Amino acid sequence: MNIFYAVLTLGILGGVFGLVLSLASKVFEVKTDPKLDLILDCLPGANCGGCGYPGCAGCAAAILAKEAPVNACPSCSGLQTSRIAAVMGVEVKAQERRVAFVRCNGGTRASRKFERYVGLTDCVAAMKVSGNGTLDCAYGCLGLGTCVQACKFDAIHINAHGVAQVDQDKCTHCMQCAKACPRHVIIDVPYASDIMVPCGNKDKGPSAKSLCTVSCIGCRLCEKNCPAGAITVTDNHASIDYTKCTSCGVCVEKCPRKLITDIHATGKVEPVA
Amino acid sequence: MEWTTLFDIALGAILINNFILAQFLGICPFMGVSKKMDTAVGMGFAVIFVMGLASALCYPVNLLLNNLGLKYMQTVAFILVIAALVQFVEMFLKKAIPTLYQALGVYLPLITTNCAVLGVVLLNVQNGYNFIESVVYGITGGAGFLLAIVLFASIRERLEFADPPKAFKGFPIALVTAGLMALCFMGFQGLKIPW
Repeated sequence: MNIFYAVLTLGILGGVFGLVLSLASKVFEVKTDPKLDLILDCLPGANCGGCGYPGCAGCAAAILAKEAPVNACPSCSGLQTSRIAAVMGVEVKAQERRVAFVRCNGGTRASRKFERYVGLTDCVAAMKVSGNGTLDCAYGCLGLGTCVQACKFDAIHINAHGVAQVDQDKCTHCMQCAKACPRHVIIDVPYASDIMVPCGNKDKGPSAKSLCTVSCIGCRLCEKNCPAGAITVTDNHASIDYTKCTSCGVCVEKCPRKLITDIHATGKVEPVA
Repeated sequence: MEWTTLFDIALGAILINNFILAQFLGICPFMGVSKKMDTAVGMGFAVIFVMGLASALCYPVNLLLNNLGLKYMQTVAFILVIAALVQFVEMFLKKAIPTLYQALGVYLPLITTNCAVLGVVLLNVQNGYNFIESVVYGITGGAGFLLAIVLFASIRERLEFADPPKAFKGFPIALVTAGLMALCFMGFQGLKIPW
């Protein structure tokens, strides 16, 4: 008889709760726009924060509310963006793919303040304890991997020379690495571009030369020889205007420091460790 | 009813018999969501909320079971009550207080399977608490959980920068830390108040 009571009691309890819940789901129903889920499906779901909203759900809500453009997600490919545009019923222009690039190639080849750094393996911490970084160069990559921690897509690593290097195929241009970098050494470049200047020091030639064997010394040979007029030397280092660059490779040949590289000709700037 | 009794219960739930560090209940969220301080705080408040409500709701259910002579069905019935309660609360919050719903976020449904919540209602019965004592025990038990998880999260944020041997990286060192914290909390066993 006891078992009968037990089954009956729990059955009734379960039934009552079920009924209350199904009623509650009707009473407390919150209407959400079905578009929200469609947009959320197109987003990568990595919650990288590159769009400036709290996670992918926040970005989707902003796109839906028309507070953000349909291409607000910097990590989305063209296909995903066009799907979001289709959901929102707008056209989107094709956008050039851009990636992050570490504008330093010094690492072990740059002179250091100490024989060995034994602090926290974090660039921000190293900046604080060692008085503006462990390198003599005030502009170079410290190679302690703060950007590696920041990357949600496993696209940036420390290479054999002890410098952060972006895997361009994995990079989604969320630029979280650039935000994390205390040296501001990471810039964004077009994915299709070949010629890179992996140095951004602002020291004058002689001192730049003494601090690092692979530094730009601002000699202007590239600027003078560029047939397209795409290279300018400002702040004692060369920078390329990618809207003009034709990837002819003259600067790569002329650079006396062998600094300017054609990353697609050599495969990579340097082999990844 | 005396205030001193309630104070005794509260002190016991927060410090002396802390749910995590002395009774070892609710270890999974304790390890799982303590990597960052803000998520730990969110989880802590969600647990306070659900433990308080579960204590209140399970009290009449327990009376019903006792009257029918079905004391042995407690565990099953309480699981049912807690699961339904959490679902209901989630739906209610989503409609009525969306800001609180967003603040608690994913932690609310996670608590359904938290043994600390089931633990608190079973302990209420075991200790023979009345309704108000039960609710106080539930809320302060949740506060004890919040205390433990916030302390643990702040330690773990620092552990991220520590340089332990490779085999100890991540969870092993976190488990050792939790053990040491439990050891520290044993010190509160001496807090017996002679009324």
